[in-house]
Amino acid sequence: MTPSGLALTLIFTIIAAGSFIGFFAGSRYKMDLEQWTVAARGFGLLLVWLLMAGEIYTTFTFLGASGWAYSRGGPALYILAYLPLGYVIWFFIAPEIWEVGRKHGLQTQADFFRVRYSSEFLAAFVALVGVVFLIPYLQLQLTGLGIIVEISSSGGIGRTPAMLISFVLVAAFVLTSGMRGIAWVSVLKDGLLLFAAVFVGFAIPHIFFGGIGPMFLALVRAKPAHLVMPGATTNLGHKWYVSTVLLTAFGAGGMWPHNFAATFSAKSSDTLRRNAIALPLYSITMPLMLFIGFAAVLILPGLTNGDLSMLMIVRKAFPPWFLGVIGGAGALTAMVPASIQILTAATLFAKNLYRPVFSPRMTDEQVGKLAKAMVIVITSLALFCAIHSFATLVSLLLLGYAGVTQFFPGVVLGLYWKRATMFGVFTGLVTGIALVAFLILSHHDPLMGINAGFIALCANLAVTIATSFLTPCHPNSFDPSDSPLPS
Amino acid sequence: MKRPSLGSLLLALIPFIAMCFSVSLWDRIYPMVLGIPFNFFWLILWTLLIPPCLWGAYRLERRSASHPRGPRREGATR
Repeated sequence: MTPSGLALTLIFTIIAAGSFIGFFAGSRYKMDLEQWTVAARGFGLLLVWLLMAGEIYTTFTFLGASGWAYSRGGPALYILAYLPLGYVIWFFIAPEIWEVGRKHGLQTQADFFRVRYSSEFLAAFVALVGVVFLIPYLQLQLTGLGIIVEISSSGGIGRTPAMLISFVLVAAFVLTSGMRGIAWVSVLKDGLLLFAAVFVGFAIPHIFFGGIGPMFLALVRAKPAHLVMPGATTNLGHKWYVSTVLLTAFGAGGMWPHNFAATFSAKSSDTLRRNAIALPLYSITMPLMLFIGFAAVLILPGLTNGDLSMLMIVRKAFPPWFLGVIGGAGALTAMVPASIQILTAATLFAKNLYRPVFSPRMTDEQVGKLAKAMVIVITSLALFCAIHSFATLVSLLLLGYAGVTQFFPGVVLGLYWKRATMFGVFTGLVTGIALVAFLILSHHDPLMGINAGFIALCANLAVTIATSFLTPCHPNSFDPSDSPLPS
Repeated sequence: MKRPSLGSLLLALIPFIAMCFSVSLWDRIYPMVLGIPFNFFWLILWTLLIPPCLWGAYRLERRSASHPRGPRREGATR
């Protein structure tokens, strides 16, 4: 067998093993909408952990982090800070969201807005924004899968056919397994990812430099400026760091539509709290990914696309079968989050956008069927974007975060501030999204050294609060103190 | 909605100050610790320190949940 044939065979074996686990775990349950989307709210400590880790550690972790360490240097430090800080936010809001979810039978993020602000219209808008900003995240996963197959086949399979293959795999996987299956595949995925990160992260500096310390000494001698901000960039300094960490930590603290699904799938709010305490430890593998990117700066200078650095260096240092194992781990790391994202986007579209607007009399069963059909549509859309774009993995992630973090005022004020109104949240959200779109499309990101998404978030928050004060507020069903107090 | 207690919010603020707002104090290469540039070491250290902070917040939240100080006043969440 040729080296690339061996690598590809191993990758597809690992994907097949993952798909089998997902299919098997899901097949024992009747796949109604509640089971497919939130696993019937039955997940304990372990499964919530797997699902949360499964959706947070994506191809971005695997290829994008090392890619930015390679191409940008110091600014990649933000990657070490935002996830642990995101869990700090999640620790506080997830149990509250869960309580509301259980009380009102919520399945999606848009459901949360519908109930809190008594507005189908706002819910439909939130669903639309959620789906739109899930697309770049999904595009990131497909691009990552494409890179993995392309490099493992030594260019034998081009990027576009590779992404087409990935598309078929992911769509088939989502349709068969649902949320429960996806959580179980995370066992294999996280095991392989941890192994890959720890082994490669220590081995690469060791093979080429004799250890992590000597590697950094060599880097300090050759390119000291690469290790601190702004690194290889001119405009990603400390102001950018603070604004980006805040933006992405607020976003990672539960603003993605699929975070809501994971939250609702938990058995109790205590499960969520204890998970939030332990999950930061899991991101301890992140620095190792950055170290691989730094090693590549000295070993493989001149790559046009930094996102390739991790796999290129593995291909250079290890035999083909090992590239296959790492590639397989990377493939699952793309497929698991991609599946969660597709499932969430499809459900949002069918339940919160299509049903209220076009066909209010649809049953849950019909919504489930439409959601499954939407899996194909949404995956195709992301595939189209992936084929026609050359954005780096990190820039795709930051685009998604700039969008979904605009939900932050609506969610957090909705939970803790009774005065927040539907109009306030809607005008704030529109302001935030419009500003993000304008600043990013007109290439004003960062603006004066500050992350454009963060600027939009501040404007969003100000408008939300101001408009809320100007519009009448209605009692909402969230607060237990609205019901008569027991005397 | 139950607002988190002041103590647990302060515990949560510590990692934000350490890992985010204070960046200009620790974003440098020297002193290298365990062979790692200082900025990387600092962020890795605080990743390990967040769970103890959140554990403290968890204990505080549990305590305030199990000893409610009478029925909550209307407007207390305002």
